[in-house]
Amino acid sequence: MATAPIAAETLRFVRRSRQRDLWFATLALVILFAACLTLFGLIADLVIRGAPHIDRDFFTSYPSRRPADAGILSAWVGTVVVMAVTAVIAIPLGVAAGVYLEEYARRSLFTDIIEINIANLAAVPSIIYGLLALGLFVYGAGFGSTILTAGVTLALLILPVIIVATREALRSLPREMREGAFALGADRWQVVSMFLLPAARPGIMTGVIVGLSRAIGETAPLITIGALTFIAFLPPPPFTPEFPWISLDWLWSPFTVLPIQMFNWVSRPQPAFHELAAAAGVVLLALTLVMNGLAIYIRYRDRARRVLG
Amino acid sequence: MSAETAAPAGDLPAIRLDAPRAAALGAIARKEAPALKARVENLSFWYGDKQALFDISMPIHERRVTALIGPSGCGKSTLLRCFNRMHDLYPGNRYAGRIVLEPEGIDIIAPKTDPMIPRLRIGMVFQKPNPFPKSIYENVAAGLRIRGVRNRAILDEQVEKSLRRAALWEEVKDRLHASAYDLSGGQQQRLCIARALAPEPELLLLDEPTSALDPIATAHIEALIDELRENYTIVIVTHNMQQAARVSQYTAFLHLGKLIEFGPTEEVFTRPRKSMTQDYITGRFG
Ligand SMILES: Nc1ncnc2c1ncn2[C@@H]1O[C@H](COP(=O)(O)OP(=O)(O)OP(=O)(O)O)[C@@H](O)[C@H]1O
Ligand SMILES: [Mg+2]
Repeated sequence: MATAPIAAETLRFVRRSRQRDLWFATLALVILFAACLTLFGLIADLVIRGAPHIDRDFFTSYPSRRPADAGILSAWVGTVVVMAVTAVIAIPLGVAAGVYLEEYARRSLFTDIIEINIANLAAVPSIIYGLLALGLFVYGAGFGSTILTAGVTLALLILPVIIVATREALRSLPREMREGAFALGADRWQVVSMFLLPAARPGIMTGVIVGLSRAIGETAPLITIGALTFIAFLPPPPFTPEFPWISLDWLWSPFTVLPIQMFNWVSRPQPAFHELAAAAGVVLLALTLVMNGLAIYIRYRDRARRVLG
Repeated sequence: MSAETAAPAGDLPAIRLDAPRAAALGAIARKEAPALKARVENLSFWYGDKQALFDISMPIHERRVTALIGPSGCGKSTLLRCFNRMHDLYPGNRYAGRIVLEPEGIDIIAPKTDPMIPRLRIGMVFQKPNPFPKSIYENVAAGLRIRGVRNRAILDEQVEKSLRRAALWEEVKDRLHASAYDLSGGQQQRLCIARALAPEPELLLLDEPTSALDPIATAHIEALIDELRENYTIVIVTHNMQQAARVSQYTAFLHLGKLIEFGPTEEVFTRPRKSMTQDYITGRFG
């Protein structure tokens, strides 16, 4: 059976298209490769310079004028404590706001304005939050330059991220789930707490961790509110030997955090301190990676379990 | 008002374990004609500006199956979803007319009626199985938990009873705590039926419950509907004429949002009064 040959014009057209695809794919690959390589190089450099300094003493020593004695005790404790305050404030507020906007509020001019505001807040430079906190919390509320102020400031900073993540997680749930729950006679609170939030949890957790990862590296707003750069003591312990056994005095303690400690060391002339900064950077990076790993694990586990709440 | 709905304050009204069965036995003993469970009176409905239902009036007989049939887009689901105020979940929807729920005579769609009242008394099974991402057990128990039941023994008993009624118990009794998503489509639909049955609703709404199922699962569910009729009032939407003829005692034929014909299924199918019904049933359009 004779078949007509494919027109030369068609062949040429196809060849040209294929070539264009090839060009684009090659270019994209090269750029991607360059970007990855640069990132990898930066991390490798940090680890090579910093890793030798990371030992037990590094975690258990206060900063010091002598590089050999200096450690990050006050910095990592500060980071952990400030992050805890941030999380305790930002998670419930952010999730509650997201639930309200997505499930309770009727669409109106009011909610539209709030929505635009939240979207813009997420893009406000972090130092602006620092300035706001300086006026509002440090002086206005009289909190001073304390762990409490730092936690509240960073909580404000990441609130939009958590609100948006909560809303998106809720919005992506199938409407059949809502209808099924309402059809059983549930009130709105039951629909949210028994069905929607458990199902939205992986998405919300991802948002929370993205937010906290952002907060953990923030430096500018904390310097603005008056974080110390050299601190050789720990906040008072949260537990006391006598009644009522817990104390919130630590909230009112001055503090420093890892990125500020790094900043301090980098700005000194001695190269030994620069290596310490790299070591602190490795610790900070590891913390961030652990948090991201946690987010991935939670998402994976919830998807695998398919029994939520 | 019947005795079982006049529960003491604090008790949740919609849990009336075995009350429908007792009422059914009483009625049968007294040889009463089927009472009305609900009356649809001059019901119109709008999705925003678009009117989807036009002045529909029909009775829903107690402990009988009423089938809603008609071509795609004629408003069957829309009508069904009026009974439990599902349309309230989306803004811009509007009802007119009344749906009176007996025996109290409350108007389901009146704005002053809290939508939770019909929803606590009326169960619904959706066209597409929509189990919650929870265990099989928790899916069935959900309606009871919503009503504040915490007693483990009551929950266990109702879960088993509902799963048995939905003809699913034997298949899942050994894995009640596995995810509902691990069930097949047909099993999921039976699970949704069990979920709707667990709180013992007075009225059961089924929106094409077998459209996603194979013939065997369909036969299962049709047999189930026939059994449920002893205790429950059922309104079922179906595209399948044989199914409507098999399972229902009353049939309503809708077309373009209007009720064309309503009557005992036998009459609608053997001697319809409207030629349009005749044409649809015999497959000449739709
Ligand atoms: N959310 C909605 N907004 C606007 N119009 C809608 C909406 N849902 C349904 N409609 C319209 O209302 C009419 C009735 O729809 P409905 O879903 O009740 O039909 P149906 O009889 O259930 O059809 P099917 O057999 O295909 O399920 C259709 O014209 C449909 O396009
Ligand atoms: Mg439909």
